[in-house]
Amino acid sequence: MTPPRVVVVGAGPAGVRAAQALVEAGVRPIVIDEGRRDGGQIYRRQPDGFTRTHAMLYGSEAAKAQALHEGFDTLREHVDYRPETLAWNVTPGQLHTVHASSGETATLDFDALIVCAGATDRLMPVPGWNQAGCYSLGAAQIALKAQACAIGSRVVFMGSGPLLYLVAAQYVKAGAKVEAVLDTAPALPTFAALRGLLNRPRLLLRGLALKAMLRLTGVKLLNAITPLRIEGTPEGGVAEVAIHDARGAERAFACDAVGLGWHLRAETQLADLARCEFAFEPLSRQWLPRIDADGRSSTPGVYLAGDGARLLGADGAEAAGRLAALAALHDLNHARGRTLFAAERMSLQRTLATMNGFREGLAQAFPWPHAHAAALPNDAVVCRCEAVTAGELRRSVLEFGSQEVNRAKAFSRVGMGRCQGRYCGHAAAEIVAAAASIPVEQIGRLRSQAPVKPLLMSTQEHE
Amino acid sequence: MSKPLPSAGSGGRFVRLAETGRPALQLLIDGQPATALEGDTLLVALLTHGRRVRSSEFGDGTRAGFCLMGACQDCWVWDEAGHRLRACSTVVSEGMTVRTTPPASLWPVTPEVAARERGEVFR
Repeated sequence: MTPPRVVVVGAGPAGVRAAQALVEAGVRPIVIDEGRRDGGQIYRRQPDGFTRTHAMLYGSEAAKAQALHEGFDTLREHVDYRPETLAWNVTPGQLHTVHASSGETATLDFDALIVCAGATDRLMPVPGWNQAGCYSLGAAQIALKAQACAIGSRVVFMGSGPLLYLVAAQYVKAGAKVEAVLDTAPALPTFAALRGLLNRPRLLLRGLALKAMLRLTGVKLLNAITPLRIEGTPEGGVAEVAIHDARGAERAFACDAVGLGWHLRAETQLADLARCEFAFEPLSRQWLPRIDADGRSSTPGVYLAGDGARLLGADGAEAAGRLAALAALHDLNHARGRTLFAAERMSLQRTLATMNGFREGLAQAFPWPHAHAAALPNDAVVCRCEAVTAGELRRSVLEFGSQEVNRAKAFSRVGMGRCQGRYCGHAAAEIVAAAASIPVEQIGRLRSQAPVKPLLMSTQEHE
Repeated sequence: MSKPLPSAGSGGRFVRLAETGRPALQLLIDGQPATALEGDTLLVALLTHGRRVRSSEFGDGTRAGFCLMGACQDCWVWDEAGHRLRACSTVVSEGMTVRTTPPASLWPVTPEVAARERGEVFR
């Protein structure tokens, strides 16, 4: 029997654990990684020549990061690892890739494709967020983790979600000046949120400890805020963040950099191009690919794991990656894979159920403030790529009758720029839904297009 | 937490907090000599020297990158030959030359553009 051709996309927690399960079963997968090194975003490795320890880089998660890095190091000769490579399209049974610097392309036939594409920050536009000095929270963390830099000398963090406090705490520990942490979520979680968060009590305590540490070091922490605008100049960039506090009073925080983020959004483009079915997830108000309890998508041979499928965080991603890989081998009738799958399936599913309970708690404790999007002033830029305003987007609904996001995109170009809707798409959907007075789940879903990221015109695929 | 705050240096946006003992590299940014450290991304090299990466083509001011993970494409700059570089995922090398404005001089000049540059109306 010829060995199955399995391709893993991504080398974060899910991708690495998927690859490891495949190797254990005696299969040699191809691992496509857009990064220069394995680790993904959460366990991003610093370049050679940097000397900070795992403990300094990853804090309480240092042991997990180290285990994942060392795990992949031992796999290296058993997998066909392709770093700096973008998977830019999926067609039936084939994955299309291009190498970042050489431009070399490859068309990979697969029997099973395991997509572990991860997530990016979920962004809510704030008037002025298109100015220099505004970054995603993830960007602020990457600057520190991978380059030992702060994004500015006086930083404000605004948004919601666990990353908000984690990045702020990492900045304070590294010696950066954090002016304020501004959270749109209320200070006290609801009972339902708390019930979810108690699925992982230790993680909950760690989150509370981060907040306490920030408060002790004098960082201003505000909850239930409403972002008003980011002031600055077109030449100099950001200078101040203005908000309404919980009581509705206007307050301003001088700064030269802003980190923004409202938890995460799944990178689902490859799943979409593979024609996987999607479903609207009401708690987080985002469209996610349908998967079964093992990670099978609706497209035979395509498996989805990690934050690109369900936002369970790094620990959940490790379990989901392993389970999806074993499910793929089971479905391919691979003897050793079937044995491992049968032995581990229930325990991995139980882990994922716990993680999912916690995810539901997070989604409720740090809700996506969709009403802010609906209430954005007409002159606020929604699409950073092409500086398209909320007013132009509303005009596509009110004047041109777009009651569907892809039509609104065609009229307004929101979602059509360089980032292909990654940073404006969720807010744009809320704006269109509010303008059309239609629930957001009924205005459709922005369709992904290949290439999932811009390619050079000179890119050529060889048959 | 008690150590003095590092300054942003000579007008840079990013602040180096650690790992400053790496060997230095020389590069040219828009023709001006600049120093970076081995292992720096081009984005860090640009933003430890200045406060912008490029100007928006849509007239809303300067940009300095946004996601740092190759997703937003906000940090495109160009090498001397006119090849596009994504600054956040490009590692600086010794002698690198970057320009933060599109290399318009390398674009083909259409008769229409040539006429406009001469102050004439193309017909």
